[in-house]
Amino acid sequence: MDPNLSPLLFFVFALAIFLGVELIAKVPSQLHTPLMSGSNAISGITIVGAILAVAVEGSAMARILGFLAVIFATINVFGGYAVTDRMLGMFKTKASGGPK
Amino acid sequence: MSGFSQYAYIASAILFCIGLKMLSRADTARRGNRLSAIAMLIAVVATMLSSGLSYPWIIAGILIGGALGLAAARLVKMTAMPEMVALFNGFGGIASLLVGWAEYHKGVSNLDAFGSLTIVAIYLAVLIGGITFTGSLIAYGKLSEKLPGKPYLYNGQQIVNAIIAVAIVGGGIIFCMNPTAGAAYFLFVLAVLIALVFGVLVVIPIGGADMPVVIALLNSYSGLAACAAGFALETPNTVLIVAGALVGASGLILTNIMCKAMNRSLANVLFSGFGSGSTATAGAAVTGEAKPISADDAFLILESARSVAFVPGYGMAVAQAQHAVVELGNLLEANGCEVRYAIHPVAGRMPGHMNVLLAEANVPYEQLVEMDAINPIISTIDVAVVIGANDVVNPAAREDESSPIYGMPIINVDEARTVFVLKRSMNPGFAGIDNPLFFKENTRMLFGDAKASVGALIAEFKELA
Repeated sequence: MDPNLSPLLFFVFALAIFLGVELIAKVPSQLHTPLMSGSNAISGITIVGAILAVAVEGSAMARILGFLAVIFATINVFGGYAVTDRMLGMFKTKASGGPK
Repeated sequence: MSGFSQYAYIASAILFCIGLKMLSRADTARRGNRLSAIAMLIAVVATMLSSGLSYPWIIAGILIGGALGLAAARLVKMTAMPEMVALFNGFGGIASLLVGWAEYHKGVSNLDAFGSLTIVAIYLAVLIGGITFTGSLIAYGKLSEKLPGKPYLYNGQQIVNAIIAVAIVGGGIIFCMNPTAGAAYFLFVLAVLIALVFGVLVVIPIGGADMPVVIALLNSYSGLAACAAGFALETPNTVLIVAGALVGASGLILTNIMCKAMNRSLANVLFSGFGSGSTATAGAAVTGEAKPISADDAFLILESARSVAFVPGYGMAVAQAQHAVVELGNLLEANGCEVRYAIHPVAGRMPGHMNVLLAEANVPYEQLVEMDAINPIISTIDVAVVIGANDVVNPAAREDESSPIYGMPIINVDEARTVFVLKRSMNPGFAGIDNPLFFKENTRMLFGDAKASVGALIAEFKELA
């Protein structure tokens, strides 16, 4: 890796942490569960790293590890988003009426 | 990596931020979640454009994982949501562990020299990912009651954990100093195993009632593991770092909120084995006689009540009583009574657990009241109905300085005109602490299964109509 890149990456990391705190700071308690499962789905972003590990060239072992990582990360992504959507679909106000 | 992908990652990161922001507001939450899913799709597609990928394997992996994830998300019952979230979270953790491992393996087999940042990031991704994985599995076991929910403690537990922590740090330093030495791979696999064992050891001493904190914390870890994986890649990946950091931060905020709601520090939650045998006997002994009430008499009081507040807890989830409770609430409303549902921030087994259950039973937002909103008006409430909640309504938290939960903010149901407590028996709650509420002058105990008791009340109301 280009050594000049590392400070920049930490810069990005530090700002993202602060941004995350600011974005979530005032969440009402009603949304705690969907927020948690929604952000849990986002943590499935590691799928990007998993995909990159499944390369044509190189060791078979790395490919297998990457393949397993893709499976687990995809469960996290699909399951997380679907479950969050299902939950949020149940949350409604009086105005919007009963279940569809 | 092409320049196009990099720009796609920026778009993805921006959408994650907007999605998360929208997810924290009631009216936009659902769209926010979908926006975040689109951000994920963009990131995945941009990554797929990289050269040299083995598409058949990747697509097979996505199909398998996608099918499993969607099926689980569809089939899970709403009452089983805490353990489902824990399980998904664990899968995110193991994925980051495997990514770290794959990166290390690639580097070793290509005889690359690792950059110092890369190797530290690999170690961290594997470590945090491993702890997240097994920690989440144990949380899953406790929440689904496949494992006993009580804290598991043994003599010298903290010493054992401290030794492992030192081994992890020490081993990490040795490993990172010389990651390609002969014994390094062995050390690496050992670190993977230790991380997995450590995840088990740090979660077993934590009791069921503290699960909201643990779940929130593990959620944060899974984000940080993804973030470390982002640093660990051959070409560090910005979208992994940003998205991982966002999740890490939001998990920490939730953890902090949960700790505050219990008036305890994070260290106290993690290390005290709260609610175990040693603390259960603490607190002043409570004496007095609980006054039982029959469903008939309870009905008469409810029928003439002008305002009722239901205070649900984990017991409502266990008894699957939420639909019955809401049916009773609707009957009361039809009877001209004002009905509210008062929810303590740590009621249940995950942050916001009760809100999800009541939402499933079609309670509109407006009737769900937070602790801080209900307490100032609680003395005007005719009947507070406590269903399967215990510690979050225990006045000892306010009055008894020797109680282990002293100082925890509670819903002051004892200040309501009348309190009904629906309970199976006089056994103490999850934390094993006596509850003086049961012996108060204005408290009536309605013994029996919560769902059956509520069902009896519903039947009485229907007869009336």
